[in-house]
Amino acid sequence: MSGGTTAATPVRGSAAAVGRSVPRADGPLKLAGQAEFTGDIHVPGMLYGAVLRSTVAHARLLAVDTSAAAQVGGVHAILTGADLADLDPFYGHALRDRPIVAIDRVRFVGEPIAVVAAETQAAADLAAIKIDVDYGPLPAATSLAAALAADAPEVHDGPLRPGSAHGLGRLPDRDGNVCYRYTFERGNLDRAFDAAAVIVTGEYQFPAVYQYSMETHTTIAQYRGDEITLWSSCQHPFLVRQEIAELFGLPLDAVQLIVPFLGGGFGSKSYTKMEPIAVAIARQAGRPVRILNAVAESMVTTRRHNMRCTMRTAAAADGTLLGREAEVWLDTGAYADNGPRVTATAGDAAPGPYRWQAVRVGANCVYTNTSPAGSYRAFGATHLQWIGESQVDEVARRLAIDPLEIRRINLLRRGEEVRPGGKPLDADLVGDVEKAAAAIGWDDARPAWCGRGISVGLLAAGAHPVSTATVRMGPDGGVSVLVGTTELGQGARTVMAQIAAEVLGAPVERVTVRGTDTRYTPYDRSTGASRSTTVAGAAVQRAANEVLDALLETASMVLESAPSMLRIESGAIASGGRSVTHQELIRARFGFTGGELAGHGRVQPEGGSGSYAEGPVFWEVCVAGADVQVDPATGVVRVRRTSSVADVGTAINPQLIERQDEGATLQGIGNALFEEMCFTADGVLLNDTLLDYRVPSFEDMPTSMTCTIVENADGPGPFGAKGCGEGALAAVPAAIVNALADAGVPMRELPLTPERVWRRIQELSGETTEMGR
Amino acid sequence: MTERITAVINGKRFEGAVEPCQLLLDFLRGDLGLTSVKQSCEVQVCGACTVLVDGAPVSSCCFLACDIDGRQVETVDGLVGTAFHRAAADAFMRHAAVQCGFCTAGMILTAKALAGRGLARSPEQISRAMSGNLCRCTGYRSILDAVTEILREPGEDQQI
Repeated sequence: MSGGTTAATPVRGSAAAVGRSVPRADGPLKLAGQAEFTGDIHVPGMLYGAVLRSTVAHARLLAVDTSAAAQVGGVHAILTGADLADLDPFYGHALRDRPIVAIDRVRFVGEPIAVVAAETQAAADLAAIKIDVDYGPLPAATSLAAALAADAPEVHDGPLRPGSAHGLGRLPDRDGNVCYRYTFERGNLDRAFDAAAVIVTGEYQFPAVYQYSMETHTTIAQYRGDEITLWSSCQHPFLVRQEIAELFGLPLDAVQLIVPFLGGGFGSKSYTKMEPIAVAIARQAGRPVRILNAVAESMVTTRRHNMRCTMRTAAAADGTLLGREAEVWLDTGAYADNGPRVTATAGDAAPGPYRWQAVRVGANCVYTNTSPAGSYRAFGATHLQWIGESQVDEVARRLAIDPLEIRRINLLRRGEEVRPGGKPLDADLVGDVEKAAAAIGWDDARPAWCGRGISVGLLAAGAHPVSTATVRMGPDGGVSVLVGTTELGQGARTVMAQIAAEVLGAPVERVTVRGTDTRYTPYDRSTGASRSTTVAGAAVQRAANEVLDALLETASMVLESAPSMLRIESGAIASGGRSVTHQELIRARFGFTGGELAGHGRVQPEGGSGSYAEGPVFWEVCVAGADVQVDPATGVVRVRRTSSVADVGTAINPQLIERQDEGATLQGIGNALFEEMCFTADGVLLNDTLLDYRVPSFEDMPTSMTCTIVENADGPGPFGAKGCGEGALAAVPAAIVNALADAGVPMRELPLTPERVWRRIQELSGETTEMGR
Repeated sequence: MTERITAVINGKRFEGAVEPCQLLLDFLRGDLGLTSVKQSCEVQVCGACTVLVDGAPVSSCCFLACDIDGRQVETVDGLVGTAFHRAAADAFMRHAAVQCGFCTAGMILTAKALAGRGLARSPEQISRAMSGNLCRCTGYRSILDAVTEILREPGEDQQI
């Protein structure tokens, strides 16, 4: 990839930083308990906020009486919808449908109605429960079925207002509770199904899931003069800045986002979450206010979409896949959040990475009176891959073809079209799935009630490719990278340091990457869609190349050497037998007090260099294998072995990649086997604590987890890299479902709880008995 | 109304007043500024707020501050610089067992308690013993590998 390098191509020494499992730069700080998260920050004068939330799913707000709450000692301010009359209080990057706090109507149990700011958390909590709300109940649509019924109550009325960052072109008009619809059709579907020897048809259910980043949403807001400062656990600080500026009518530069370490994100902290409420109450109080969610509050702040899907797949007798049709309904809750994008991605994932004669897909984003759903790692792909892949396996079973073989027959090859007009396939899927199968002992004997499954999928990754970065080399030769990628545990700061070190030949421990402060850190669109290494990393590479150019220019003069004779060594540049350190070069350039070399790097979809013009930035490979055992007496499924494939182009830090896949694998096991948010018919979330909502623990680890890293240097990112970290979460549940079917228990509803699996086993044994008669 | 307590916190004598209903978590974070102790689930499930009280791991989110009267409390801040912490940090770094870091201090403290008791040695035993510490990032294997290693080769100052 071109990066504005100098005319000369200097020889590189052996001080490689890329391709090595460099220890995490933030490790020692975190191990000592000294890494600072938003909740650890105390701003002078800071008050503590408490949010009063709706107890009903759908109602008119007849009255909100704060008089008793105001009497509580230590209370400084109380905000209700009435205090927002001077603003257009609606936000939402996709659809501008959500008020900062409820204005005249609540739409889900847990919707913020009022906020209190007080000297202590205890005083704020006490005051919040003293606020008296008079609800005028309305009929509620608390499930997909209720929201799609002919006489369904409408969650929203009036036309939809598009937000400023959905990137989905012109949005269609609302159709009842369907707020967004994504469709595509290619080929002649009727002809494909008419020609089929086998047709597999099914209806499938996927549950609502909580991301559970251990650090809950936390925000501190300060509103002073005409400037807002926010410390926030957010993944996309620059997009939050934009929404806050729009909401409060300020120029972008008057809004400052400071992002310390995040205690996990997984999509739950993408886009705008608690920031508008925090700013509104800080504005009211005239003092900084902290909002720190309890787990029960974060669970109703954002979640993964539950979904219903009908799908059918047609195949010829030789195993050639012919056609697929899918209709998808995603429950986005009371506000769209990232629902439209999730819907489009789910639609794109429905065909799977196969060569079809014909495909028809419709995906619907549906409002209901439940908590809003948004991004969660590998969204869309996790929803659809297990369905499409289980149909491919069912075709294979009926035709007595090995599941690996049917994929060899039908998988897209490198360079083939994935979706019309977009980037063609940029990976070797057959090679990847063969590796996943081999790693779980594909051809070994299968004991009774044990099964093996594989799955393959693609995730449109990279989001919108806009990132900028600055690299500064100071008078002591130390390097500072300013890049807006959020460190949420994935190791982004370490990887960015490696990229800059590799370009400059600087020792990686001399490169520092800190958190984002939008006032000083150059613009980066977002941290998600596996984009940081590929897009922000390319900006860092280009910025470092500018610094390198300046170093080489000076070295050429100092060493009296032609540029082509220069060698990059560790922390120095050499020619022949002479070498000058970076520090010496900066002194030589600026005089003995030193100066600073700064480079700027930019990635943009068009008009830049590299292959960022074509969407998606890259296709993230979602490939896994699983080996499971089911106990027919209890229905308990045990995942014994998993394998995943990280097809990363070039592995900047192999160990961090393996950890990404292992973490995604455990989340995949949770999503597949037991994670489910349960809502009552009244829209109340029943399991709103970790006592009742179980996430995987040490004891849910498979006996063996294998991650195979594939390096074909075929990514658009720095040194041929492309992103990873999400694929395994889409692929592992699909592999588990296929393995369970291989063990004799095909399932069409997740999670695979013991009860559900046991009932299915009873059903199937009944069917067998029937047939036996 | 407050209650006077005397305790040894990270090796230093503490004498002062706490509210009778104050949680140990809020006391350590709010009053003493020991922000290495993290708040997450608040129901004694996740282990992010783990501290050692007389060497035993407790969830400080469900433990009253006044109940540390006459006892010893350790957070990871108090372990830094000890042979155990050096060994743990080294193992966690080599296995890349740290990601977001929110669970890390709790993991190290639980491992320290296990080291002191000498009960868990095999990966299976350690998995069971540590199942009260959740991590959403790593997938656990790297943490298990690191802890198995440090419990196999105990540091010098393990006696609690």
